[in-house]
Amino acid sequence: MFSSFMVNAWIVGTIVAVVAGAVGFFVVTRGSSFAAHALPNGSFAGAAGAVLIGISTLIGLVVCSLLGALGIALLGRRGRPDVATALVLALMLALGSLFLSFSSQYAPAVYSLLFGEILGIGSGELAPTAGLAAASLIGLAVLYRPLMLSSVLSEVAQARGIRDFPIELGFLVVVALAAAMTIPVVGTLLVFTLMIGAPAAARSVTDTPGRAMTLSVAIAVGTVWAAIALSYDTNYPVGFFVGTISAACYLLGRLAAGVRRRPVHTPPSVPAAAART
Amino acid sequence: MTVLHHLFEPGFFGSGPVHTALLVSAVAALVAGPLGVFTVLRGQSFAGEALGDIGTTGGSGAYLVGVGPLWGFLVINVAAVALMELIGVQRRRGRDLATGIVLGSGLGLAALFLYLVSTHQSATGAAVTVLFGSLFTVSSATSPLAIAVAGVVLGLLALVGRPLLLASANPELATARGIPVRLVGFVFLLALSLAVALCALTIGSILSTALLIGPAASSLRISRRPLRAIAAAAGLGVAAAWIGVLLAYDSYAWPPRHQGWPVSFFVVALVLVIYLGCGVARRPSRSPR
Repeated sequence: MFSSFMVNAWIVGTIVAVVAGAVGFFVVTRGSSFAAHALPNGSFAGAAGAVLIGISTLIGLVVCSLLGALGIALLGRRGRPDVATALVLALMLALGSLFLSFSSQYAPAVYSLLFGEILGIGSGELAPTAGLAAASLIGLAVLYRPLMLSSVLSEVAQARGIRDFPIELGFLVVVALAAAMTIPVVGTLLVFTLMIGAPAAARSVTDTPGRAMTLSVAIAVGTVWAAIALSYDTNYPVGFFVGTISAACYLLGRLAAGVRRRPVHTPPSVPAAAART
Repeated sequence: MTVLHHLFEPGFFGSGPVHTALLVSAVAALVAGPLGVFTVLRGQSFAGEALGDIGTTGGSGAYLVGVGPLWGFLVINVAAVALMELIGVQRRRGRDLATGIVLGSGLGLAALFLYLVSTHQSATGAAVTVLFGSLFTVSSATSPLAIAVAGVVLGLLALVGRPLLLASANPELATARGIPVRLVGFVFLLALSLAVALCALTIGSILSTALLIGPAASSLRISRRPLRAIAAAAGLGVAAAWIGVLLAYDSYAWPPRHQGWPVSFFVVALVLVIYLGCGVARRPSRSPR
């Protein structure tokens, strides 16, 4: 399980999990699950296009996911954000399917782009992955305070002179970088599931931002490690295990939260429950 | 006459697969329009998108057990809707999260199914067909089932249409009037899941959102009245689907590979053009704010 070709999988899996756990905390807090789903999925078009014109897949992914972030932010400014996200995503996917039909690399390429091949990572992919991970974490650190304020109390943020659009765009760029970094190695599915499942589980256990973020990273790393080990043993795809384990973590978190909260609020009054949501 | 000849490549009207494609895509677009209007009004685009993606699981599962893909889409979507409702789609804040969790685990299953399909049955085209659809390969035996499903969807919508409209626009008022808001929402999601299954058959599971959201969002840009918006959405959807089929048929003569561009690409591109066009059409008439 720890032979030479597996070492890369462990390292990259850990990097991905750390970034997904940290970025995902804000994805869940801001309620932007849809954008976090759309950016990784849509940047698949970039990979297909890069294969077609013969440049590095990673460049195609980065360019495409950044364009996607820009498109979602701009179209979402006027009109409904979820509609903008849906249409941008559909356009990117449609372009991807067009590029795919032009090139001769068919089903296996699609499959590995969407669901990832973490067990086939070469050591040449380590450096770019680490670089992009560092970029998105630095971006997150720079944005941290205004982003937190505008996620939790958007009115107060506006009153303080923090404008929504730059923050939203900056955040989407961070998500886009995180997405681009993960796709060639682990597929679009893995990053999205980690970005939602682990932070959601963490948030249902604790409300303190710092603690929830740390816990979210920890859960994400644990999920990836367990998934790689199980996948190595059973030969089933990593994505399957990541999806299942993340959902299980979320359910456990919800159950734990239910058990923890019940003795505190007996009986839970309706206004308090409404205020919490 | 020569212009017409260039517009419709020879054999377009005589081809059996084209007839089925036109029929199935029209049925899907007619259903998607009205459902889409409610989806946009209720802000549930993500649910529509998620149902489409989860359809991948159903489609690949159907390949695995050897039944028609539509059955797979239908079964998995209804199951997903029930699960979302269970986790809590009724709260606006937790809704996206519940959708995301269900979507994530569904896609995990899809990864497993596609893996099993490709290793056990060596059907390498399965992933592409399920994900991006291939309208020209829909068998003509599917059309009666598609029409029946469309009938069920429209029936459900007719049943809950008026209370649903009120519940979407003003939940508090609807509750005060004694409308079971949660039940109405669930029936709507059920109808949505069936409609997405039809769209998935037409342009593939991960592109079905375009047909659902695009025409509806466009029609809501040009009309604020629900009935008119519904009619416009259905019309725009059918137009996009049919022109898409026509262009895809013509594209067999186009570069670079002379084997046809994907239908789904044309439909999505047309939908986007319509959406942007409707935005431009509305702008002059809007009073300055």
